[in-house]
Order: sequence, then structure tokens, then C-alpha cells
Amino acid sequence: MAKHRELGLTDDEFELIKKKMDREPNAVELAMFSLLWSEHCAYKHSKKLLGKLPTEGPRVVMGPGENAGAVDIGSGYSIAFKVESHNHPSAVEPFQGAATGVGGILRDVIALGARPIAILDSLRFGELDSERTRYLVDGVVRGIGHYGNSMGIPTVGGEIYFEPPYEQNCLVNAMCVGIAKTDEMVRAAAAGTGNKVVLFGSKTGRDGIGGASVLASAELEEGDADKRPTVQIGDPFEESKVLECCQELLANDLLVSLQDLGAAGLTSSAGEMASAGGTGIDIDVALVPLREADMEPFEIMVSESQERMLAVVDPAKVDAVLAICSKWQTDSAVIGEVTDTGVFRILKGGELEGEIAIDALVDGCPLYDLDPAEPAEWIYGNQVTLREGADPSEIALSLLGASSIASKRWAFDQYDSIVGSRTVHRAGSADAAVLNIPESDRAIAISIDGNGRRVACAPFQGTIEAALECAANLACVGAEPLGVTNCLNFGNPEKPTVAWQLSQSVLGLTAACEGLGLPVVGGNVSLYNETPSGPIYPTPVIGMVGELPDPAKAGGESWRDGDWVALVGPFNPSLAGSELEKARGQLGAGLPDTEIPPVRAAIELVRDGVRSGSIRTAKDVSDGGISTVLSELALESGVGCDVSLDPVIAVHDCSDEDALFGEGPGGFILAGDRQSIELLGGKGVQIEMLGRVEGNEVKIKAGESAVEILVAEAKASFESLPGRIEV
Amino acid sequence: MIWGVLQFPGSCDERDAQNACELAGADTRLIWQDETSLDGIDGVIVPGGFSYGDYLRVGAIAQFAPAMAAVKEFAAGGGPVLGICNGFQVLCESGLLPGALLTNEGTRFICRQGDLVVQESSSPWLSEMNAGETISIPFKHQTGRYFAPPEMLESIESNNQVAFRYAEGQNPNGSLNDIAGVTNEAGNVLGLMPHPEHAVDPLTGSIDGLKLFRGPAGVVA
Repeated sequence: MAKHRELGLTDDEFELIKKKMDREPNAVELAMFSLLWSEHCAYKHSKKLLGKLPTEGPRVVMGPGENAGAVDIGSGYSIAFKVESHNHPSAVEPFQGAATGVGGILRDVIALGARPIAILDSLRFGELDSERTRYLVDGVVRGIGHYGNSMGIPTVGGEIYFEPPYEQNCLVNAMCVGIAKTDEMVRAAAAGTGNKVVLFGSKTGRDGIGGASVLASAELEEGDADKRPTVQIGDPFEESKVLECCQELLANDLLVSLQDLGAAGLTSSAGEMASAGGTGIDIDVALVPLREADMEPFEIMVSESQERMLAVVDPAKVDAVLAICSKWQTDSAVIGEVTDTGVFRILKGGELEGEIAIDALVDGCPLYDLDPAEPAEWIYGNQVTLREGADPSEIALSLLGASSIASKRWAFDQYDSIVGSRTVHRAGSADAAVLNIPESDRAIAISIDGNGRRVACAPFQGTIEAALECAANLACVGAEPLGVTNCLNFGNPEKPTVAWQLSQSVLGLTAACEGLGLPVVGGNVSLYNETPSGPIYPTPVIGMVGELPDPAKAGGESWRDGDWVALVGPFNPSLAGSELEKARGQLGAGLPDTEIPPVRAAIELVRDGVRSGSIRTAKDVSDGGISTVLSELALESGVGCDVSLDPVIAVHDCSDEDALFGEGPGGFILAGDRQSIELLGGKGVQIEMLGRVEGNEVKIKAGESAVEILVAEAKASFESLPGRIEV
Repeated sequence: MIWGVLQFPGSCDERDAQNACELAGADTRLIWQDETSLDGIDGVIVPGGFSYGDYLRVGAIAQFAPAMAAVKEFAAGGGPVLGICNGFQVLCESGLLPGALLTNEGTRFICRQGDLVVQESSSPWLSEMNAGETISIPFKHQTGRYFAPPEMLESIESNNQVAFRYAEGQNPNGSLNDIAGVTNEAGNVLGLMPHPEHAVDPLTGSIDGLKLFRGPAGVVA
């Protein structure tokens, strides 16, 4: 095979490179092009779509194009955040794949000059009855814990879904949130001809060569174990030193700009710094600290060795920079210089090894139009897991134990969620994680969500729901959303069905963010998530950060004996795309439409109620419907309930089953004293009193049907996951 | 009172330990691993984390840091020293405390709130607590299984060197005799696996850890 094809470039792209260079690229130049022109780096199938997303807002400090997004939270501080995928590496080698996924997203936030204060993860696997799935889950959870715990950064939340289309192609998305003094944040743009380029952190080795192009930008196939050498090996200890080193360098005002080395290594970091700054850059590979002495120039330029940072430094400050690196016992070296040539020159001991115009390398990759086509029918399979004829009580218990709904405490207990002394609520103790920010006298809340199954049913509508779910989660702890990050995980965009899913989903995200008045401040796209058995569910993972004035009023409590229970919001329950429909093997295309403004009004009502302290318990209706959310509140508190959903059936003219197990956006269950709940009314948001908290049973009447289960039974089912993972 | 909080490359909970000392009414100073003097320091905390990556063996490299030589001298003079989690491991490796910490039974990292029972002890660290009292403090570690050979175990038990045990049924790691923390013979050096510095604020958990940080203040000042 021709060399350029081996590296993942098409014939047309190779011709274009020759045309731009006016000659054939040599080996090092071709390797560099192949990475920066890969889907992973160039976003060549998604960039045109992403341009439609709203990115501006009064609180935005840094938006798309920087290493991470950032929003102002007052008193001179900003919150930086971003989510990124490490899907294929984790499918090939789960422990290191997940660990380096966490390491990579931490560096993006560190590179802004922020100190990471929280990690969240969004994970997708096949069903737990598969031995391979259990192996992946165990490895991924251990890998996330290994990196975050060792770095002393708390993992405070996340979600895990188990669905058959992820069986061969799991998803590992990690989100990092950091805090920075706004005026100390650094950008990634190189500046100042004659300034020095300093590489510090780990030595450069042969690990991860070709990760971005060969692994991340192609479909997974049989025999991918052979690709293990393209997976990087993580060293959280090194990253911990790099973090403290960066903080000390920035506190002493020693850096002009800073960039992490991630996918495509030095090529991408140096190239993007020069591109952003409109400069040129010279890198001498002979000056790069190496793990193996005999590395080729192209290997040094494309190595994805972890835990490395690149800084632009005023020549007068170089000695001070190297001294701080030395204090933190991390390698550092001046490896090049910023130039005014607009050219990326690769030297070895002063001898020219390659030169490429920065604009050709970084911005020259052709952007492709998609060729979307809506599939005529449901392209994913169906599996029946629920006994035919199961009564509502049996269904309710079965849903609580459904792998995607059941408690994920098994995983969260393996993560340090408290280091840093900020964690007010971690995942599981509230719908959103809540972190105290005494620096600016408030708290932040973070949520991450993306139900791929519902997006598969209707990509536009499903993506709107994912964003609304995040905002609803924030409302339940009294937080107002400030900004959005996202990771778009899809199959092969060159196939019309996936192209349709991707374009519809981005339109949905745009509509949701516009409807909620929220900027998208950063994101990541992961395509080619498919195997010979087909594409994954289209999975836009949305991360949302919000603020709340008083963490002591962050809700997150379960209900108490004697509380009244109410349903609030324009919730219109439907079985389409629901957990119950999945269990019955009846999934198909289509979801009901959602009007965003009434949902937004309900979100704001709940947020204000929680903030004022009048609402202690708020939980949005999500997977498994009202029956599931009521059961969860009951098993957390140990007290049951006696409620009727007849008002829901009357208002929405829906079936008993729709009311009990139907899903959709816009519904919240509130609990508290009757007067406080009723006082929330009158703002045009529906409030229906359902009943009381009492007894040791969850009793839910819906028309002619009823769920009647013991709280203890509900708890046993909800906590059944560990025994199904560690078999 | 001024606490010195040690900092190694790979330390994680040093700022949390400073925060806890300050909430308990003391001042703090970070002591970088290469410092050789503890002048002006009234008490030392060796914090949690993964010093030097905990590669080789937990706590094994940190014991050779110059600051640890100063800590040994400080402890020999009767100064109060507290090792939390990785700090406990470092103090065991340094010979300041008896025993060793092994990988948890079950091999996984665990992080959860749990209960400790305070034991009979003359250590200044326990001066604000009563024997038999239960305190709620988070456990978080992967290498926290306390081990000592039979003779050593018998000796620390009979000398009242066991400071804390995991409450009944809550031993998270397979520690011998449910031991969560031990002191040296003199009682001025205490090490424990659970994290009192993460139990100092009602917003983020319990406040039972504060008692520990207040303990030596009356004795030293």
C-alpha cells in the first residue's frame, strides 16, 4: 500500500499536499501531515456543522479554539472545563486507555493555567452479560481511578450506560473542571519572534505513535489487539509534578503561552501554537529529551508520549523556567524558537529535516460536506429481556435493576471524590455534582449526560433532551447553567445514516443551547466509532457547568416521612425510546417533539425553589419514568410513598403505563411541605400533587394499574450491579 | 501554633491538611521535601497522596527525603507528628511507627465515609476524644491493610498503641485487628489510614476530624 494510505490519507489529500508544497513531502513531513489532516485533529467531517453552535455569552472568558472553555464566576476567578473522548484506546487497552483519557483532559485544563478541581466521566459499554464488557468496565473504572486518585483530583460524577451497540466500541469520555485566576490564564498562541520554545514533563518515547490517525480516525476491526502499541501509557505521578510546575511557572509570570501535548504530539502542539499566533516555529529534534536514543525525527515529531507540555518563554526568563522544572524533578529543554516565517521547520542538530507552511499543515486540510440520508427503518437491533405479561410491580423492580438505571456506586466508590475539600455532593448523592468555591463565595454544579438510545430514536430531539437533562440536573441543586461543553461520539461520517445522525444532532444541540440561552465554550468530536457489526448509538455527551449562591442550599436530600409529593413541569410521558421499550425489544425510530420554553420555565421554577430553601428534595424524571424516580427517592431515604398518577393521566390523556414508566423531558418530582410546593405555582408551570411520603412500600396508582413494591425490594434491585460485574 | 505540612512530589492532600489545621485555629507552612530544618514548627503533618508516585512500594522513597531526616529528629524530641494515609505509610517505612500497610483485600481503591472507634491511649493526638467514642471520617486508599508480625502486634496492643479501629463490620481493607491507626510508644507520633483532614466542614462531610487537629494544641502551647 502507498505510504500515505497506510497513514490514513486519501489519494486526493495526498495530491493536495503535493500541490501545496510544490513537491513530494519527505517522510517526516508526510507523517506530520497525516496526523494534522486526520479527522481527530482537523475535524474535516464536522467543522462545517459545528460553526452553527452559539459560542458567545456575557460570562464566556475562553471559547472554542483554546485548550478548554472557561466562564467567569466572579471575584476574579474563572472555571475552565472540557470533555474529551478516549474511546478507541479504551476499547483496545481499557486500563491505560481510560487512564490516559483522564490525563489528556486534565492537561487541556492545566494548559489554560487552571488547577483541575474535578473529573467526571461518561462511559458506554455493551450489556453486562458479555465477558468482554465486564473486562472493559473493570479496566476502565480502575484506569480512571488510577489517574485521578493519584493526581489528587476528585472524580465527582458521571454516568454509565450499557447498550448492545457499544459492545465492540465502548465510549470513555472524560470531563475536567478547573479553577483559575482570570488574569493569570494563558492562551495557546505563540508570540514574539525570538522567544524560546521549552518542552517539559516526560521524556519523549515511541509510545502512542500514530494514535490520532491510525487508531482514532478509523473504524475498529478484528485483530485490533495489534494496535496496542498505539495506546499511550500514563504516568500520573509525572502529571502531578507537571501540574504543580505549571502553577508555579504561571504564578511567577514566566510564560508567554502554554500548550499541552496530546494527539499528534509535538506536531500538533507546536503547529497549533504557531497557527494561533500567526508566527513560524523552529523545532530541533536533537534537543528533545528522549527515552530511546535512536529515535527518528518523524517519531519524535509524532510521538504521543503523555505528560508533556510546551511553553513559549521570553529568552530572559528561560533559566528561571528551567530551574522550576528542575525543582519539580521533571525534564525540561529549550527545543526551538518562535520565528516570523510562517513556516514549521524541523531541524536535527541544526540540519534541516523538513519544512511545511503552517497554514498548509494546520488549516489546509480539506473540509468535507456530509451526504446525510435518514434511514428508512430502525438500524439497531432489539433484545427482549422482560418477561412477557410482567405486571407493573415486576416491571418497576426490573427497571430499577436495569444496568443503565441501577446504582453505579460500585464504580464511584473506587474514585477519590473528596480530595480538594470542595465536594458538597458527588455523583449519586445528588443529580449534579456540587463543588464549593470559597474563592468567589459561591458553589458550582456540574452535570454530564447523553442518552444515546434516545438520540438513536431521533437525533435532533434526543440531543435537545440531553441538554435539557443537564440543565434539569443543575436545577435540582439550585444551579443556573453558565456554559456547555460536548463530545460528539458517532460512527463513520462518510456513511449517509451516520452523517444524518451527526447533522441532526448538531442542529439539536444548537436549538437546545439557543433555547436555554447557553454558550458552547468547547468540545470534541469522536467519529468512526463503529465496527463490522455497525455504528454505535449516536452519542452526544453534554457537559454543563452552573453556579449557585449558597452550597448549603444545594438540595440533593431525599424525602422525609410525611412530605407531600408533586410532579412539576410540562412532562408528557411516552414509552418511545424508554427503558421499558428497550426491555420489551420494541425500540424504533421517533420521539415526541419538545417545546423548549415551557421546559425552561419549569427548570427555572425548580432552581429558584431549591435556591430559596423552600424545596429540599427535587429530582428530574429520567430513565425509567416516574415509577423509577419515586422508587429511587424511597430507597435512598428508607421511606415509601402512596401516590396516584391519575392527575397525570387526566392532563396528558396517556395510558397507565405511559404515566408509570414513560420518559421525556420537563418533569420534576418535588417533595416537601404542601404549602411550599403550592406556593411555587402561578407562574404558568404545571404542578400536580400526587400523594404523600409514608410507609415501607412504594405504592403508585395509575388508572387501573398499580405498582406496589417494598422499599427493601427496590433497594436490592437498584444495588444489584456489583454482583453482575464481579462475577 | 504553627504546623509544618510536608510536601513531596506526588503529595495530594497537603492543601487539605493545611485547611484543616487552619480551621482548628493554627497557622501552617508547607515544608518542601528538600528542607532540612523544622525551626519554628510546633507540629508536623505528613499528608496523604502518592509521594514519588508510590512506585517501588508505598512510602518507600519518601523516607529518604531530607525533610524526613528532620522529622525523625523532631519526633525523637517529642514533637507531635501526624501521618495521614500516604503519610502513615511513610512513617511506617521510616521506622517511626510499627507495622506496614499492604494492598487492600479486594485490590480496589475504596472511597467512602465510615466510622472509627477511639481506643484507650495517652497520645496527645487523642486528648480531645474519649476511648470508646465513635467518629465519622472518610476512608480512601488502595494500600491500607494494616499488618504487623504477631509479636509486634501483641506489643502494640498491650502498650495501648492502637489509636483507632474501624467500627464493627466496617473494616474496608482487611487490616489486622481492625486497626486504622497506631502511635509510637511515646504517643507523640500518630499514623492513620482514614482522612481526618476531610472531616472538618459540615458542608463537605462530618466535622469529627477537627478534634484530632485540636488535640496537641493544648499539650504543645
